[in-house]
Amino acid sequence: MDKLLLLGDEAIAQAAIDGGLSGVYAYPGTPSTEITEYIQKNKYAKEKGIHSEWSANEKTAMESAIGMSYAGKRAMVCMKHVGLNVAADAFMNSSITGVNGGLLVVVADDPSMHSSQNEQDSRYFADFALMPILEPSNQQEAYDMIYDGFELSEKFNTPILVRITTRLAHSRAGISRKGVKKENENSLPSDPKQFILLPSIARKNYKVLIGNQVHFEKASEESKYNRYFEGKDKSLGIIAAGISYNYLIENYEDGKAPFPVLKISQYPLPSDMIRKIYDECKEILVLEEGYPFIENKLTGVLGDKKIKGRLTGDLPRDGELNPNHVAVALGLEEIKNDVIPEVLEARPPVLCPGCGHTDVFNALNEVMADYGSGKVFSDIGCYTLAALPPLNAINTCVDMGASITMAKGAADAGMKNVVAFIGDSTFTHSGMTGLLDCVYEKSPVTIIISDNDTTGMTGGQASHAEHVLHQICKGLGVEEEHIRSFIPLRKNHNEALEILREEIEYEGVSVIIPHRECVRTLERKHKIKAKIKKMK
Amino acid sequence: MKSDIILSGVGGQGILSIAATIGTAALQKGLYMKQSEVHGMSQRGGDVSSNMRVSDKPVASDLIAKGKADVIISVEPMECLRYISFLKPDGWLITNSKPFNNISNYPDLEDIFNEIRKVKNHIIIDADAIAKELKSIRSSNIVMLGAASPYIDMEYDSFKDALKAIFGKKGQEIVDKNIEALDKGREFTLSQK
Repeated sequence: MDKLLLLGDEAIAQAAIDGGLSGVYAYPGTPSTEITEYIQKNKYAKEKGIHSEWSANEKTAMESAIGMSYAGKRAMVCMKHVGLNVAADAFMNSSITGVNGGLLVVVADDPSMHSSQNEQDSRYFADFALMPILEPSNQQEAYDMIYDGFELSEKFNTPILVRITTRLAHSRAGISRKGVKKENENSLPSDPKQFILLPSIARKNYKVLIGNQVHFEKASEESKYNRYFEGKDKSLGIIAAGISYNYLIENYEDGKAPFPVLKISQYPLPSDMIRKIYDECKEILVLEEGYPFIENKLTGVLGDKKIKGRLTGDLPRDGELNPNHVAVALGLEEIKNDVIPEVLEARPPVLCPGCGHTDVFNALNEVMADYGSGKVFSDIGCYTLAALPPLNAINTCVDMGASITMAKGAADAGMKNVVAFIGDSTFTHSGMTGLLDCVYEKSPVTIIISDNDTTGMTGGQASHAEHVLHQICKGLGVEEEHIRSFIPLRKNHNEALEILREEIEYEGVSVIIPHRECVRTLERKHKIKAKIKKMK
Repeated sequence: MKSDIILSGVGGQGILSIAATIGTAALQKGLYMKQSEVHGMSQRGGDVSSNMRVSDKPVASDLIAKGKADVIISVEPMECLRYISFLKPDGWLITNSKPFNNISNYPDLEDIFNEIRKVKNHIIIDADAIAKELKSIRSSNIVMLGAASPYIDMEYDSFKDALKAIFGKKGQEIVDKNIEALDKGREFTLSQK
């Protein structure tokens, strides 16, 4: 078969389809979005009816995937690293239930925070849940791991966390495909009580999970993805996890380091292999993307002078690695600072020309000038860009849905005229429960749900909020006369000012829903329409 | 052979069409390649770049090391300056001269050009004007690829085959336009020698 030119994300999607997937569940989040999008567009997946519709958030996605696994089928759930925080309750318990159909949890970490609010390392979560991890070093390995991953999950009766990072997710390479496997038939778990986590059953399951750890580790020792490369020069041994292995071999012409190298792509850590390299070499350099997870495990509280890595300053403590960082740690080159010509200016991202959010912010800025600064609590989405000039319109951005609940907390603290600013998709992801809190206490907050009919920042995915926002707010108990709406256009500026002033003055819960479609999705629709017209 | 190429521009300018053409050409020739790109926040009018690596041997790192890039192709003049440290001493910098001005403090264009001229090997080309002449403003990026092609260690015709594969579905006219754009870009660079 010819090689396909695929992003790491797309390789994962293709592998899942080929590996007998029955359903993918996800909420869009950079750098994981393209996995689900690929399956949504794939012809074979469509024909087979493989589930690929977006979920409301990562928790609902994770739970649906557990449900599909319970019913005997192979399921995959995809999210960005911070999405795993949202899914954590279901995720942590899924290792205790175990699986029926194979279950893969693909989490895309974003070291260097290219499009994220932190750079947490998902390996800690898998460790916490006592779950095996697969961490591919390249796109082909990502394909192979997912392709075989469902069987691995079924064999060990556990979900498996597949950890990738931005660089793998958003880098293309030629991928060789394998034959398409059949989907599983529906079946019930052999133990009918497996998924009932009553304390009496959970205790039993937990002991089984603890007992399984030796099997998981044995699988790591024997994994074809964990490899020990002998090396003559024992003055140093290198442990390289995931894609950091590439940065290592990039530094040697023939791709071979003169030192013993342990490449790690499957966890729990293979302790025999690690002991071998530790005993054999004078010093150990740990290369890993993200947090010093392995380094920390090796050195513990007491430290170990033999071990070098991100904690010792031999590599940067934060941010993603690159070939130069590794070269410096290996003593192959000096630190090269970027040459930045003085004339060069920063070019931060901005809201698109014609974006509806901008019209809302223009009105909001004018109104808030009368109420004092520091009172606009915002959220995760394109509109977070309003934190930057020229708008400078928002004061917070913490996590999905936090605008509403933080505004409430500030109002509880006595702050007057507080405003929450959230997008439609973020509202249905995690804003609804916060709104219920506000309604329950009649909190004096004004919530702006800036509705553009899409999940914009991640590229315009369908939003669960489409056409239902008014109904949701009413259903949650917001008074009908305090659910307002306007079309955010320059010509409606005065109307927007009036509505904002009235609702900010109201000492109870108000929801304002400015509604105009995202200019990007609208542009795409026009293009498709023009194309169809041309074809006719 | 090995070509390590950095593509740069502004989110929305479509640098990935250049990457896709090189990538398709590489795969058609049975070469190894890796191409990392920027998705997400920066695509909203921020600075974007892509690392494109083609080789007859397997490619390890998705990222090009500092001082190792053979070519920088920039579809915007100021943006190429962000990646100067990645260019190897005898590498080539090929940039479009047409600025994309979406910031209030955009520098004086002549200052930018002066900085570019400090790079030993550089080509400044008005790809937008050439594309406009061809009545195909959207093929400006392919003009840029044509202009860079003498410095990419791949057969020139392989890019034409790639354009046929990519635009074939859209009809012969589009294919021809793009091949013409590629040729015009290449002609410009060769005429500079």
